[in-house]
Amino acid sequence: MKKWLISFSLMPSLAFADGLNTGDSAWILTATALVLFMTLPGLSLFYGGLVRSKNVLSILMQCFAITCVVSLLWLICGYSLAFSDGGSLNAWIGGLDNAFFANIGKDTLEGTLPKTLHGMFQMTFAIITPALIIGAFAERMRFGPMLAFSALWLLGVYVPVCHWVWGGGWLAQLGMYDFAGGTTVHITAGVAALVAALVLGNRKGFPAQGMLPHNMTMTVTGAGMLWVGWFGFNGGSALAANGDAAMAMLVTHISAAAGSLAWMALEWKKFGKPSALGIATGMVAGLGTITPASGFVGPAAGLVIGLAAGVVCFYMVIFVKHKLKIDDSLDVFPVHGVGGILGTLLAGVFASSHLGIFSGFGFAKPEYTMLDQLGVQALGVVSTFVYTAVVTWLLLKLVGLFAPLRVTSDEETQGLDIVLHEERGYDL
Amino acid sequence: MKMLTAVIKPFKVDDVRDALAQVGIQGMTVTEVKGFGRQKGHTELYRGAEYVVDFVPKVKLELAVREELLDQAIEAILKSAATGKIGDGKIFVSDLEQVVRIRTGETGAEAI
Repeated sequence: MKKWLISFSLMPSLAFADGLNTGDSAWILTATALVLFMTLPGLSLFYGGLVRSKNVLSILMQCFAITCVVSLLWLICGYSLAFSDGGSLNAWIGGLDNAFFANIGKDTLEGTLPKTLHGMFQMTFAIITPALIIGAFAERMRFGPMLAFSALWLLGVYVPVCHWVWGGGWLAQLGMYDFAGGTTVHITAGVAALVAALVLGNRKGFPAQGMLPHNMTMTVTGAGMLWVGWFGFNGGSALAANGDAAMAMLVTHISAAAGSLAWMALEWKKFGKPSALGIATGMVAGLGTITPASGFVGPAAGLVIGLAAGVVCFYMVIFVKHKLKIDDSLDVFPVHGVGGILGTLLAGVFASSHLGIFSGFGFAKPEYTMLDQLGVQALGVVSTFVYTAVVTWLLLKLVGLFAPLRVTSDEETQGLDIVLHEERGYDL
Repeated sequence: MKMLTAVIKPFKVDDVRDALAQVGIQGMTVTEVKGFGRQKGHTELYRGAEYVVDFVPKVKLELAVREELLDQAIEAILKSAATGKIGDGKIFVSDLEQVVRIRTGETGAEAI
């Protein structure tokens, strides 16, 4: 599991003790490709179909460009700051020993994996996190400021939180459970989305005018790719080809199915019809919510977590969009943020080995009770929430000093594809 | 000569075409359109909420008919396009001044 590997990496002499494992390496090579596939093209298609046809290219373009920018930043200093030893500051941030992947050769190991592979696998997580945020400001943010914000946000939010949880930082030392990124990926992205929606403001016409998906076929295709890619995300986070990986994949799949059906059932009951977007959104909720718990909980708990995800995220979408009237356009906070919070907390419950068929595989430290583990989980949630909200707000204001974040009202009406990219998604 | 413009429910278009063919109509133009009448819009589901979509998809038929076929054509559309539910559409009838067949240059009723 991640935290064990990290403790190995802090003791380089031990890191070589295991030696390279080709089975582990083969699986993580595959998982790395699966996680990149979640962003390109999974998330791109999922989001692209949800916006109006005049903005479809802007979504695809943002996902693509973020992938490129984050990849380079990860090489330059992101990986090092997230995963190397930060010396006296190690509780908060890593060091620069591995900047530009320095001191990493073909034979350098991280646990049983080549260290290059560990860096590459983690890079795909760094890519999808800022890409998730774009759903909040879809159809109105200018491209340049979006890129600047995404780059700054990666270094200002993702990298430190990643270090806290996975890089041997203070939350890791407390024994916080986040198997595959419920906190590092989904809470950070969800909270940043909420803040970005508030700073950018609602789309013109929201909420009176319904802004419906222009291509549900694209969205459901993307959703299917996300489901498959998530096996790499959660299964790969075992950083080994072993029982943890298999269990993570199993509970991930169960939770996705349960979340899908829960959402579908609620819509069916409330409106008389089960919708394709509903079942796909329930799937994302189920997957995001099981993410922090996968690897720590058993299959029966996966069922409970998935059902809870479908129900809670369903009502949170209605609450944020229709009660609070916040135009988090593609519902990133209520689905990813809330799912991440719910899953991080439930990991502290269902990791317990004393829940009968709902039992998991034990708490982080032998002396921990459920209350201890839950306390650590809650501390992780609250600190990540507050830190992400504050830094995201500051970064958006900072970028806004140099250039307007938002297109003009006329440009918004015309659509971002023509205005920002001088292209159209469709020429039928 | 008259110009018949009918706006009907999309799934009725084949029935209407067959009914018009039976009374001797030999051509028409079909367009997919959107609009609203007393049916207003319709609702669409989006993640736990219903939105009103103002314009409903319809099919517009345009056909030129000779005076003597007019009543039969209207009757054919009425019978084949009706479901009895709101939103069945409308038929507009207007005078048609001239028709020209491009291939031969024929004009008037001969060209229909």
